[in-house]
Amino acid sequence: MATQYKTSRANYTWRMFTNHAATGLAVLSTILVVAPLVAIFVYLLYKGASSLNLAFFTQIPKPVGEVGGGMANAIVGSGILLALGSLLGVPVGIGAGIFLAEFGRGGRLANFVRFTADVLNGVPSIVMGISVYSLIVLPQKHFSAFSGGVALGIMMIPTITRTTEEMLLMVPNAIREAALGLGVPNWRSVLAITLKTASPGVITGCMLAFARVAGETAPLLFTAFGNQFWSANINQPIAALPLQIYVYAISPYDEWHRLAWAGALVLILLIVVSVALVRFVTTRGVLKGAN
Amino acid sequence: MGVGIEVSNLNAWYGSTHTLQDINLHIPANQATALIGPSGCGKSTFVRCLNRMHETNPIGKVTGTVRIGDLNIYSDASPVEIRRRVGMVFQRPNPFPTMSIYDNVASGLRLNGFRNRRMLDEVVERSLKHAALFDEVKDDLKKKSGASLSGGQQQRLCIARALAVDPEVMLMDEPASALDPVSTAKIEDLIFQLKSQYTIVIVTHNMQQAARVAERTGFFLNGRLVELDSTHKIFTNPGDKRTEDYITGRFG
Repeated sequence: MATQYKTSRANYTWRMFTNHAATGLAVLSTILVVAPLVAIFVYLLYKGASSLNLAFFTQIPKPVGEVGGGMANAIVGSGILLALGSLLGVPVGIGAGIFLAEFGRGGRLANFVRFTADVLNGVPSIVMGISVYSLIVLPQKHFSAFSGGVALGIMMIPTITRTTEEMLLMVPNAIREAALGLGVPNWRSVLAITLKTASPGVITGCMLAFARVAGETAPLLFTAFGNQFWSANINQPIAALPLQIYVYAISPYDEWHRLAWAGALVLILLIVVSVALVRFVTTRGVLKGAN
Repeated sequence: MGVGIEVSNLNAWYGSTHTLQDINLHIPANQATALIGPSGCGKSTFVRCLNRMHETNPIGKVTGTVRIGDLNIYSDASPVEIRRRVGMVFQRPNPFPTMSIYDNVASGLRLNGFRNRRMLDEVVERSLKHAALFDEVKDDLKKKSGASLSGGQQQRLCIARALAVDPEVMLMDEPASALDPVSTAKIEDLIFQLKSQYTIVIVTHNMQQAARVAERTGFFLNGRLVELDSTHKIFTNPGDKRTEDYITGRFG
């Protein structure tokens, strides 16, 4: 009955067709993924590039009615806020991820932590802002860069925790056993071997979290508050690009609208540049043939 | 130098499965002892009890005593100390993928806080030579990842890595089962040379391999040690009917 399985010409043509159709669909989906990013970027270039000049990067906002001015303080402020956020979010997130994957695996506490992280991931950013406002800003009686950094940091934690966990779980057990078999203490094996082996994925997780909070406005409204002047003091209100864009975009002045577009363009560029930079730095020194 | 191993009343469990039952045996110093038996008979679990790797499994449990040299490994020392004295080579080569060849061999010492560069250089070179790998990799020591080597080279790298911490006993859990015949021959040659300095316990599915490398051979069946005697006697005149059935291929 072998004839039944013989491929006829028509059958072959049909298979070629479905093959091409499937490939075509995959390519189409890829285009649909990339298209919005390209569209946004092109539109931002079109709207914002004309307002970009040296002054934008070196000057602080001018009072209403005066032409010119820039967002230097907001760029620096965003940098400080993101640095503070990362300082909190990266170590706590990675630490919790290590706990989930290496120490608490399957335990009740681990399940609780994982559930909490997933819920935290779904908390609206405005709620995060209000929470930090009542926890830090109200007792201190003033807005501050510090409270803004805390809000961003907490928002980074769940993404980093869950990706760290996933990436650690992908490290084969044979690698852990190799380290333990050499008489390496468990904590050392986790940090120097397992985490290191998973590091490309863990870094991707950190960058995702970073890029996500870099554009957050809502959690900063009640915490960092924004500032029209220079300030690098973490106990004072501080300017941030998303806040500045928000304020300028809803203002009635054309000049401010143009600056808002430029600010949005700079924000996206900064995210792209910092992600690329981290990638570059962390993939240097990778050995021939690794993975 | 190698040291002898004395096992008495060893029992091991995975959860409620009684994997090893009342194992009593002696493994002499500076010889290779092969453990044979069908899949699931407990021979791998047995070697994992000799460096306390069995208990790294959350559902693993062990009772009984194991003396390695003058050390009772379940009461006199921590698992970490034991594993520095009892090296292990696994079934599948498992070099650290993010590390260079050099770093792989140095890892055991480095991760135990050893930093002296010149000494590390010496140890790495000596271990790689000992594992008969040095000539093949000496130009790429710090350039290539351990994972870029061929399977057989990776396994010799893992042996070099285990040798670098200068153990007294080497446990090998089917070290050649994932390798081609040429690589297998190299590993067997290596075991032959290592015997003069280490006590070797090798688990194998390959009875010819046991006959080639080991002075003594033990036969495991269903979690029990059926017999352990000189390799020659096991393969020519076994004391137990079940051993004879197994080596003549009547089951397993």
